[in-house]
Amino acid sequence: MSRQVEQAAPPQLDRADVRVKHEAGLSGSIRAFFDRVRSGDLGSLPVIVGLVIIWTVFASINPIFLSSSNLVNLLFDSSTVGVIALGIVCVLMVGEIDLSVGSISGFASALVGTLWVNQGWPVALAILAAIAVGGFIGALYALLFNRLGMPSFVSTLAGLLAVLGLQLYILGSTGSINLPYGSNLVNFGQLLVMPKFVSFGLAAVPGIVMLITGLRTVARRRAANLSAPSTGGIVTRAVAITIVLELIVFYLNQARGIPWMFGLFVGLVIAMHYALTRTKWGRSMSAVGGNREAARRAGINVRLIYSSAFVLCSMLAAFGGVLSAARLASASQQAGTGDVNLNAIAAAVIGGTSLFGGRGSAYSALLGIIVIQSIASGLTLLDLSSSLRYMITGAVLAIAVIVDSLARRSRVSHGRA
Amino acid sequence: MIDTPDEPVPTGELVLSLRGISKNFGAVSALTDIDLDVHAGEVVALVGDNGAGKSTLVKILAGVHQPSSGTISYRGKQVTLADPSAALTLGIATVFQDLALCENLDIVANIFLGRELNPLRLDEVAMEVRAWTLLNELSARIPSVREVVASLSGGQRQTVAIARSLLLEPKLILLDEPTAALGVAQTAEVLNLIERVRDRGLGVVIISHNMEDVRAVADRIVVLRLGRNNGIFTPDASNQELVSAITGASNNSVSRRAERRQARQDQIQEPRP
Repeated sequence: MSRQVEQAAPPQLDRADVRVKHEAGLSGSIRAFFDRVRSGDLGSLPVIVGLVIIWTVFASINPIFLSSSNLVNLLFDSSTVGVIALGIVCVLMVGEIDLSVGSISGFASALVGTLWVNQGWPVALAILAAIAVGGFIGALYALLFNRLGMPSFVSTLAGLLAVLGLQLYILGSTGSINLPYGSNLVNFGQLLVMPKFVSFGLAAVPGIVMLITGLRTVARRRAANLSAPSTGGIVTRAVAITIVLELIVFYLNQARGIPWMFGLFVGLVIAMHYALTRTKWGRSMSAVGGNREAARRAGINVRLIYSSAFVLCSMLAAFGGVLSAARLASASQQAGTGDVNLNAIAAAVIGGTSLFGGRGSAYSALLGIIVIQSIASGLTLLDLSSSLRYMITGAVLAIAVIVDSLARRSRVSHGRA
Repeated sequence: MIDTPDEPVPTGELVLSLRGISKNFGAVSALTDIDLDVHAGEVVALVGDNGAGKSTLVKILAGVHQPSSGTISYRGKQVTLADPSAALTLGIATVFQDLALCENLDIVANIFLGRELNPLRLDEVAMEVRAWTLLNELSARIPSVREVVASLSGGQRQTVAIARSLLLEPKLILLDEPTAALGVAQTAEVLNLIERVRDRGLGVVIISHNMEDVRAVADRIVVLRLGRNNGIFTPDASNQELVSAITGASNNSVSRRAERRQARQDQIQEPRP
């Protein structure tokens, strides 16, 4: 084959095989997209379609749902559980699960309450201590998993109860600690929004970054004699995403604006996305989730990867707990109980992270939690009881998993699983 | 491509030397007192029946299993291969029979798995170029290195696995059934490649059931039977000798057929002089 390449000079390194059709140009990339979807490689398409349906239904019943002030509240609520869901993405990537994230978040909020309000620690130190304790719990799960072979399902189920017990223990007889109104932490969780120019500026960043990295990649690929995507396509996509983001920001700025807490959440999502897709650690996470034995034989320290997933998940759960304490301005016995656990796991799964490991994206936490919170917010606006809310959220989770299974089957039959 | 019989066994530097290697899985002795030498610039074929312990031996050399007893010397120094990365660091690359690829990752990610370029900001372009170079050296028929491995055929997966083993410029390559799933052209290419690797002064250990392939490339043929050494042969050894060493019986259908063929050839050749 190398001789053929020498004879016919033009073919690029990855275009030497004449049997493969390659789509070119804008129409080509649209066609390739439909081909991908048809073969079951859905990406985040189902969650976006689902979101459109949910929003249409709720908006037609109650127009307030899509008002910018309601959406701003939705973003405040999404950030807390969203951070926890981001940790769930980590453990799902390696094919494990953490069922105790709700308890850990509640324990972390209780810890911040006692250390900061009752013991008089500086708030930053109290938050760091809560996150460190979260990391310690994750390290314990990793130890049980790596050294004793305890399935994460069981160890974290035990942790769910044990950590809840710790939370009740440190809250003591009072049962709840109110965080002082007017403090920075509570303001951050309830009030602080970005100034308008900052939000417009930040909304332009993804498009600019996309454009710069995209053009640089094209240049490098051309230099290396590899095929490269068309410059026009990159510019189109960057412009489109900038317009969409600016419109969203413009609409939300009609009300209070973009919460800083949501900005922090999105920042974490982007950082996690980078870590999962562009670093050796992220590659190893996918490999361990896809084929543990192959990863081990490739020289990857599989135990370390599992540990990093568990520790990161518990730390993010603890941080999410701190944020929700700030949002509610209290650390109570109810914090982290009820549907927090399942909302976090459901968000990751609805967003498109596979329950079976090896497939997932940090963005699934963002998209999934917006779906979950939209349902919660819409049903609250309709004045429906939480009984109905649980049933509907459960049904949406079931549908998400069904879509995932069907897509997986389609991928298998198209040789892409 | 068959080696001339008068060629002496290469006596390069002793790359790998096993003495008295045993491996027990519970009550089962998979390997007992195995001795094996591999020199630089030499292809050693490991042959044996199913369950003879070939794959277990390869897994010990790759650091996947640890021997129950015995010593491993690598380039004159005694070593312990505690895990796969220890073997890789020493320069022992392995292509496993079950290939050990991650189906959810693309070809580039699989080839560079565990030794990605630029760990904090993966250099995808450089990795892709290197992947194409390796695959082109193998004359691989791969449509795109950005396809996930799940979409590849068995032969394509084998090629990816071999390309991966060459990435680190190893001193010793272990190939467990490298041609089992390959087409005619690819088999020839892999055998060519094995010779090229040998000519570069590397030691090669190849496991195969295919006697044609073994004779084509091997400098020495080491026979295992029921987990024990059962003879070392040169490629010009007769099929009958090999088969009887492998099966432990000199009288079976393969050897009888070989005998008949030999007898016919003798009859044809006799009247000539």
